[in-house]
Amino acid sequence: MFKKALLAGVAASALITGTAMAEGLSGDKVVVGVLTDLSGVYADIAGKGSIAAAEMAVADYGGTVLGKPIEILSADHQNKPDIASTIAREWIDAQGADVIVDLVTSSVGLAVQGIGGEKGVVTINSGAATVRLTQKECTATGFHWIYDTYSLAHVTSPAVIAEGGDSWYIITADYAFGHSLEADAASVIAEKGATLVGTVRHPFPSADLSSYLLQAQASGAKVIGFANAGQDTINSVKQASEFGIVAGGQKLVALLAFLSDIHSIGLELGQGLNVTTGFYWNMDDETRAFAERFNEKVGRMPTMVQASVYSSTLHYLKAVEAAGTDDGATVAAKMKEMPVKDAVVHDGTIAANGRMIHDMYLMEVKKPEESTGEWDVYKLVRTVPGAEAFQDPKESGCALVE
Amino acid sequence: MFELIGIPPQALFGQLLLGLINGSFYALLSLGLAVIFGMLNVINFAHGALYMLGAFVAWFLLQYLGLGYWWALVLSPVAVGAVGIVIEKTMLQRLYKLDHLYGLLFTFGLALILEGIFKHFYGVSGQSYTTPDLFKGGTNLGFMFLPYYRGWVVVLSIAVCAATWYAIEKTRLGSYLRAATENPRLVQSFGINVPVMITLTYGFGVALAGLAGVMAAPIYSVNPLMGSNLIIVVFAVVVIGGMGSIFGAVVSGYLLGLLEGLTKVFMPEAANIVVFVIMVVVLLLRPAGLFGRER
Amino acid sequence: MSVKYSTTPSGTVTGRFSGRASLIIGAILIVALLAAPYVLYPAFVMKALCFALFACAFNLVLGFVGLLSFGHAAFFGAAAYATGYSAKFFGLTPELSILFGGLVGGVFGFVFGWVAIRRQGIYFAMITLALSQMVFFLALQVTGITGGEDGLQGVPRGELFGLISLDEPLVMYYFVVAVFLICFAFIWRVVNSPFGAVLKSIRENEPRAISLGYNVDRFKLIAFTLSAALTGVAGGTKALTVQLASLTDVQWQMSGEVILMTLLGGVGTLVGPAVGATLVVSLENFLATSGLPVTTVIGVIFVVCVLVFRRGIVGEFNAFLGRRKH
Repeated sequence: MFKKALLAGVAASALITGTAMAEGLSGDKVVVGVLTDLSGVYADIAGKGSIAAAEMAVADYGGTVLGKPIEILSADHQNKPDIASTIAREWIDAQGADVIVDLVTSSVGLAVQGIGGEKGVVTINSGAATVRLTQKECTATGFHWIYDTYSLAHVTSPAVIAEGGDSWYIITADYAFGHSLEADAASVIAEKGATLVGTVRHPFPSADLSSYLLQAQASGAKVIGFANAGQDTINSVKQASEFGIVAGGQKLVALLAFLSDIHSIGLELGQGLNVTTGFYWNMDDETRAFAERFNEKVGRMPTMVQASVYSSTLHYLKAVEAAGTDDGATVAAKMKEMPVKDAVVHDGTIAANGRMIHDMYLMEVKKPEESTGEWDVYKLVRTVPGAEAFQDPKESGCALVE
Repeated sequence: MFELIGIPPQALFGQLLLGLINGSFYALLSLGLAVIFGMLNVINFAHGALYMLGAFVAWFLLQYLGLGYWWALVLSPVAVGAVGIVIEKTMLQRLYKLDHLYGLLFTFGLALILEGIFKHFYGVSGQSYTTPDLFKGGTNLGFMFLPYYRGWVVVLSIAVCAATWYAIEKTRLGSYLRAATENPRLVQSFGINVPVMITLTYGFGVALAGLAGVMAAPIYSVNPLMGSNLIIVVFAVVVIGGMGSIFGAVVSGYLLGLLEGLTKVFMPEAANIVVFVIMVVVLLLRPAGLFGRER
Repeated sequence: MSVKYSTTPSGTVTGRFSGRASLIIGAILIVALLAAPYVLYPAFVMKALCFALFACAFNLVLGFVGLLSFGHAAFFGAAAYATGYSAKFFGLTPELSILFGGLVGGVFGFVFGWVAIRRQGIYFAMITLALSQMVFFLALQVTGITGGEDGLQGVPRGELFGLISLDEPLVMYYFVVAVFLICFAFIWRVVNSPFGAVLKSIRENEPRAISLGYNVDRFKLIAFTLSAALTGVAGGTKALTVQLASLTDVQWQMSGEVILMTLLGGVGTLVGPAVGATLVVSLENFLATSGLPVTTVIGVIFVVCVLVFRRGIVGEFNAFLGRRKH
């Protein structure tokens, strides 16, 4: 049978590469796959910008690694994990993909990381938030880059509590992401001695959140936390302002909001909102230089997911160079040895479970008069070191951590 | 102060009022659907997309022409209505001879196209549209803080629904419409141009969706997907009210808004399902809907 | 669709040539199926087969009873979860877990049908849509079973009858082909049975069927439940093939997709839906890497089908054969 022969051939070539592991690239090139959402709800936080970011990383690296060309594949998974997994398998089996990046949305992230683990191909999640990627479902070749639900709760809540917000009311989107954010935030709140006055769960998605906002308003809590995302968060913030909640003195905290969300809300309605992010363009000369180039290419400033695709792709290429091969397991091990240092992440390390650990930032949305431009929306409240922000790998339950 | 099942009465009033506000959108949208269905026998799946279009037109007017909310309130429904007329004239019209389900499928495809185009050019995170100056701020009613704009939405919606109901039930034009629904041939033979009437009805129905879109723009973020989930709820509202019944569509729109408002307090997790549960119950008890009659 | 086609008498979808044309196409398809994994990427063909079965099952009610269901995603998705969950946590063998999926699909179908069957046409479509939306919200919230938006991941393919491992891609492929062919043969048998004849008579002229003494609602309900159960088998097989079940399967857009597949291939033809499904799945795969806006393209195809191409590919083919004969 042809297929059997083919499989035997693959096995044989695997043996050959296995023996000659240290040297050489499969297919005489490195293939980077950008699997993202170009048509659905995540198109603005990832999407075209993620592809552009990967292209920038390849170009900045010089277009070649170990003297061989770097090729970029991209696809729109349409937020459907079965399409994503079919594409991922096809990329790996037929097109020789060596690394798959972005992977926005958790169902896609988990599915493709599983395939990567099975096939020994590096997968780097930037878009998906679920912490499960580096817990029980961790793989030797799977990485999680810029943020996760754990870090969102563990940066925002302590920082806001430290600023005096000692009583909370949480409005949660009623799905796994919301639940996990709420649970993490609640445990931090209890740990820091603050009180959780109440929580309410709203269906996902909800256009009108005023009902829940009024419940939060009536609770008298000092801080109202939104454990939701995307349109739900945008509408929460807009309507909170409409119902005079901010004017009434309660502090709003979005546990997850991207730059594009804040841009969409606008400073007028968003001012004073606390947000956690792993990257903001207007931090220092390096980030500004990167973001300006990105803006020229894409027409928007990069979100933390897009910036993360840049950083993770670059780090992967550096590891290939250092390892002298594109064999997944070898490169993955190399990636974990090397510090992450580039325009986006200045000082990162990677834990055994694949979690990239770096500084996270608590931001506050500027008042309109403080802003100097369309994208100048945040001021830094507090930098939280990676060790505090991210889950201790030892507690993650990942089998790769001793 | 007594409490009702653990909820203080002030909060209850607040939630009922919020329900009424949401009901205003349901009523406007289901009214448009009912008007179209009554005349064309088509369930307009593109209604949600046209609602989105209405909001976007308002945003375009502000962004590119500097025309504010009040202009949008007039121009945007007109623009959406015009789009509707073009669609009806060029495409939808060919489907009347066929099974009504083709109308449903056609408008479904249309909704996908509209959403796809806007997603492609304007992204999904949405545009912000500020509340008109006249309605900035709000007032404390004692039991809740009512933004002026939300009050305006309720007033405008009730006025438009009442006017439409009056026009269809009490005026001569309305009687032509109703007659043409019953027996188009007979009405045609009286010298009334029924095809034009159908076209205008469709235009009017979708203009109502456009109006709802403008009204929604300052409250919700203006984004390409704003209509796609709403439309299914509105479908359920129309089924509950009784398809083709104008009165039923409007009343059940407000009623379901109120009921949904209550659910958000007593059982927030079920708020998205409550409308569908009610639909099932109504269908089991009154298959033609609350105000419908068997055809 | 209570397809009356009064305006195009020659275009009746199940014309007298459909049998022969279907046979020809069917034979070609079977050969193609057996050879496919040597030419095409098997994971892709398997997925296409699952959707082909889905569309054929859906067509059983749309094409042969004339009921447009806008809620079939609920059966597909619920069964995908049921199969995935039973394979992963109860350790059921693949054939049993797929049967379980079919059962779950059938039960959901019976309930939907029981509520909706008393209404026709557009009402039926809207009621099934609303009901499936309820199932979606349930799937979103019962995270213990469905995993919420993370999906039910890592579904094991297991061992057929506890003996043959399906982890080998080619074995899995022929297993899926077998499931498809068995179900397809079953659908063919139903359509060409006396039961199928009654269904068609209901589609053509319901009052007449009633006056002949048939309990029309019961026939419709049985057909609807059957269709849902077969849809469940399709959903279950998909869960094992792709090794996951997710909210995508149960979202109402999936119902729209299966309508498109059926419409594109040919409503009321036996093989049309399978052809349509293959096309749509290929198209989605192609569009994924093409950079074209997917939703818009799918929408345009939908509109074109409804406006000028209502008989679908196989329907047009049948009509072409018919014209040549005359």
